[in-house]
Amino acid sequence: MDRLLFLKRSEAVGLLVLITLLVVVLPLSLDIFRLNLVGKYLTYSFVAIGLVLCWGFGGILSLGQGIFFGLGGYCMAMFLKLEASSVENTKIQSTPGIPDFMDWNQITSLPWFWVPFKSFPFTLAAIVIVPAVLCFILGTAMFRRRVGGVYFAIITQTVAAILTILIVGQQGFTGGINGITDLRTLHGWDIRTDHAKYILYFVNVAALIACLLFGYTVRHSKLGRILVAMRDKEDRVRFSGYSVAGFKTFIFCLAAVLAAIGGAMFTLQVGFMSPSFVGIVPSIEMVIYTAVGGRLSLLGAVYGTLLVNAAKTAFSESFPQLWLFGLGGLFIAVVLAFPNGLAGIYDSYVAPHIAGLFKRGRAPKPGSGVPQSTPAE
Amino acid sequence: MNAQHIIGQMAPDFLLSVEALTVSFDGFKAVDDLSLYVDKNEIRVIIGPNGAGKTTVLDLICGRTKATEGSIKFKGTELTRLSENQIVLAGIGRKFQTPSIYEDLTVFENLEISFPRGRSVFGALTFRRDREVIDRIEEIAEMIFLKDDLEKRGEYLSHGQKQWLEIGMLLIQDPELLMLDEPVAGMSVSERKRTAELLHKIIKGRSVLVIEHDMKFVEDIAHRVTVLHQGKVLSEGSMERVKNDPKVVEVYLGH
Repeated sequence: MDRLLFLKRSEAVGLLVLITLLVVVLPLSLDIFRLNLVGKYLTYSFVAIGLVLCWGFGGILSLGQGIFFGLGGYCMAMFLKLEASSVENTKIQSTPGIPDFMDWNQITSLPWFWVPFKSFPFTLAAIVIVPAVLCFILGTAMFRRRVGGVYFAIITQTVAAILTILIVGQQGFTGGINGITDLRTLHGWDIRTDHAKYILYFVNVAALIACLLFGYTVRHSKLGRILVAMRDKEDRVRFSGYSVAGFKTFIFCLAAVLAAIGGAMFTLQVGFMSPSFVGIVPSIEMVIYTAVGGRLSLLGAVYGTLLVNAAKTAFSESFPQLWLFGLGGLFIAVVLAFPNGLAGIYDSYVAPHIAGLFKRGRAPKPGSGVPQSTPAE
Repeated sequence: MNAQHIIGQMAPDFLLSVEALTVSFDGFKAVDDLSLYVDKNEIRVIIGPNGAGKTTVLDLICGRTKATEGSIKFKGTELTRLSENQIVLAGIGRKFQTPSIYEDLTVFENLEISFPRGRSVFGALTFRRDREVIDRIEEIAEMIFLKDDLEKRGEYLSHGQKQWLEIGMLLIQDPELLMLDEPVAGMSVSERKRTAELLHKIIKGRSVLVIEHDMKFVEDIAHRVTVLHQGKVLSEGSMERVKNDPKVVEVYLGH
């Protein structure tokens, strides 16, 4: 049996190993502080999975995934902030019932675009719809005009910069450079306790596995093969009757929605959202996670994110000034020496040995074991 | 009623009618006031010296280049306003001069992408590789001499095999008008022979527009020949007539 549902056997095994690691090994071996950190890293891997689909397979390099991570995160943060800003909690403010930073900025009533975020179902829908709509507009505008490659990357980066400046500048509406902080409860459930952190970690892992499975569905559908074909020969795809702009917009939107889900999970686990996760630097870091993990491997993206972030935490605790050089050096090393990242290293050096182990255990198939050098009669 | 009948006779049903087509690149007219009519089931070969505008004509028909002036009608539909993929859906297939296949995909997957079903985003996501698809791909693969290479990746094919694969990708698309840009260029003698054989097989039941330099090959397949020179039609008719046209001999065949 070579296929399990729609997964290849090696992929199903890889996924099971990842699930075991995330659900059993890490929770049993780490304290809640470290586990919460892993949960935070995992929220970036949603972005990395999106980048594998969009950049690795589709060839569309977006240097602005922080935009969508931020949008998802901010949507969730707005809901949590409104819940934390009940009239009783904020009765010392000159206008009770609005978030504290609005009060500090002399805003006296809740802005109109904050009002719908009182509803949790609306917030959940907005986490998906807001980035998808923005992406659809950006994608349609650029892909229809055949803007691609470096130009596309630069434009996405510009949008990331614009959004950061907008958030920082509109302090009264967005919380400014500090972001939206002091988030406490979700439907009255305190998200800051250890117990809540455990639960959120597992919700996060479940969402991640669901996104991975969806990623594999796309990868193994004809859509996945069209993405590869587009990366290879865009014109030929067009002359086979496909709307290239439509497919590119779709995969760009899909990557954005995945990033937004990651952003929302980030806010829930970390307890705040700020513009420092939206701009150019975090967006590029997310591309580095993907490159290190292997831009053609969905599982690699998860491991790449975990490893780079673990290294970041370890290094920046001991050598804070050196970390950024280390990250840059890592990126250059990966691009030059291992263009397919960790997944590429695994495929060329580790997988053959594992396959060899399994083969040795099995009886040789009849007819297949004839050495080629056997002389003919 | 009577009037309609007369109009019907005055504008006979060409499959493809190109009229007064002009395209200029920064003032240089690559195609200049060109008119061309292709009948149903006709095999038309376009010849001409380098830079005569042959490939540009194909580019214009398939929508890769936008016309400056003029009209291209395919079965009564104006093509100059459609996008490339809409032109493909209207029933026109194009083979490029250099083999244009997906190197990262297998021969099977190359053909599968060209199978005319599931061309929308959602359609591609829910596309199933069913019996019909597999049978059709195997049938085409046999025709293009690649039956034993279905699982081979595109990049490992020889130049001639890549050309065949691209022809196969067009075949599975089943276009009413097939446009081939130098299908035997760069092929070995034996590959060339098999390609001629293949083309003879696939041109049945459709119109074909071919650009080719190999005169023996042209003579072999053409119903009618159009000679282009500096973006204009220099001569048109049967191979016999064109060969003996003094203008053609002077600019093209004489060398």
